[in-house]
Amino acid sequence: MKRSTKRRLRHGALYALLLGAVAAIALLADWKAIQTNFLDKDVLASIWPEIVTEGARNTVVYTAIAFVGGLVLALALALMKLSPVAPYRWIATAYIEFFRGLPVLIVIIAFAFAVPIAFGSTLPGGSRGAAVIALIAVSAAYMAETLRAGIQAVPKGQIEAARSLGMSETRTLVSVVLPQAVRIVIPPLTNEFVLLLKDTSLIQVAGVGLGESELTNFASDNLNITSNGTPLLAAAILYLIITLPLTRVVAYLERRTQKAR
Amino acid sequence: MTAAIEVRDLHKYFGENEVLKGIDFTVEQGQVVCVIGPSGSGKSTLLRCVNRLEEPTSGVVLIEGEDITDPEVDLNKVRSRIGMVFQSFNLFPHMTVLENLCIAQKRAKKRSKAEAEQVARANLEKVGLSDKVDAYPAHLSGGQQQRVAIARALSMDPDMMLFDEPTSALDPELVGDVLDVMRRLAGEGMTMMVVTHEMGFAREVGDKLVFMDGGVIVEEGVPREVLTNPQHVRTQQFLSKVL
Ligand SMILES: Nc1ncnc2c1ncn2[C@@H]1O[C@H](COP(=O)(O)OP(=O)(O)OP(=O)(O)O)[C@@H](O)[C@H]1O
Ligand SMILES: [Mg+2]
Repeated sequence: MKRSTKRRLRHGALYALLLGAVAAIALLADWKAIQTNFLDKDVLASIWPEIVTEGARNTVVYTAIAFVGGLVLALALALMKLSPVAPYRWIATAYIEFFRGLPVLIVIIAFAFAVPIAFGSTLPGGSRGAAVIALIAVSAAYMAETLRAGIQAVPKGQIEAARSLGMSETRTLVSVVLPQAVRIVIPPLTNEFVLLLKDTSLIQVAGVGLGESELTNFASDNLNITSNGTPLLAAAILYLIITLPLTRVVAYLERRTQKAR
Repeated sequence: MTAAIEVRDLHKYFGENEVLKGIDFTVEQGQVVCVIGPSGSGKSTLLRCVNRLEEPTSGVVLIEGEDITDPEVDLNKVRSRIGMVFQSFNLFPHMTVLENLCIAQKRAKKRSKAEAEQVARANLEKVGLSDKVDAYPAHLSGGQQQRVAIARALSMDPDMMLFDEPTSALDPELVGDVLDVMRRLAGEGMTMMVVTHEMGFAREVGDKLVFMDGGVIVEEGVPREVLTNPQHVRTQQFLSKVL
């Protein structure tokens, strides 16, 4: 047999397999049950528009606060890690290793319940605030490594050129190194943002008040109230509406930086 | 008259490795000194010690009579008086040509935006790239980038210029434009220290030629004489390979 014929046969077989799988799922699935359990119009009407104005909104707000706070802390950690003063490097390394080694859930529970007991006072924003601060603490550990790598990826010649022009160390960092590092870290940071967005679904273990639920919490509460899966499906679609454009942006940016090299 | 650059008994170690083994030399005001030598002989390291991009291990570097190895010295002030041009241009890729020329004027020399831009435009004109003010470095040829880098250094109104193999990264057909700019600069009386492999430039423009090998200055003198009648065996061997 010729090689091209063989290849065509192999492709044909793969398509047949795919079609078979799709047909099997379509036949095995109980469409009637799916419709009543996941696509109930009345249930959707009962959670609309709160699923967006409360659930999705809170998800975005918690993510934004955690991301900005995490980024600021991460920049401090990254600069500490690059510091010529050894103790700064040790502290930053210890912090990063510590928070990257723990499940996010444990950190949230610790901040919401253990910290108030240990220090005799609650964190700002109540248990929900404590959970967001926990996300800041964890995301900073991940983003610090991303930022450090980005800063180090700026060629040494750039720093030498700036210093040889008489620019101070700080001015060089602000005007020459950081702007170039930002370009390098935007794709990985967008990934961190997406991960963080999904991690906000863990905030609910801290226990949140009325109107403070994010998307997952909102959906699972309504799942229990209505005994119907429609809120869950709606929440899933809303997550994708937020995350898909972001992942597309990352793919685009990565392609562009690859071309620029 | 005090020398522009005076180096006395300069030693530089990288760890255990002694790269400069006691260098003494002077560059007078307005002089063009070319430095040649085999790869790894310490030419770049010497040049970088002159503005303390590299920290000398011992010895003295005097810039217009001021000892810049003194820890009290304001290094940023000293550096803004010494222009430096690198083999790899090192333009800031996220800034336009004009911004490249203005940033240090504004931040290190505290010039106003208007003044900085005026100086920048004058220097771009000098290197023949007035039409590239708003271009980004990535859109320029290597030769154009290097001329922008020279204009950037000149915009600080330096008293002297250091060049580290300014044409080594360029395609042969682009070397001429850069050398022309440097030749004109020398003609205007700029003090220059140039590490180069361009023997023609050294012979024609240089007032003094320094041959380095193994971290020491083996021979120095009038370029024409060193090139045509080298006194040391090592100079002879090196020149027979490159000429
Ligand atoms: N940052 C550094 N750390 C360790 N060793 C270094 C460093 N920079 C230079 N060296 C070493 O010092 C020696 C001299 O290097 P230098 O760059 O000054 O040579 P050069 O004469 O400029 O050579 P070339 O013509 O290749 O540019 C080399 O052996 C090099 O490996
Ligand atoms: Mg060199």
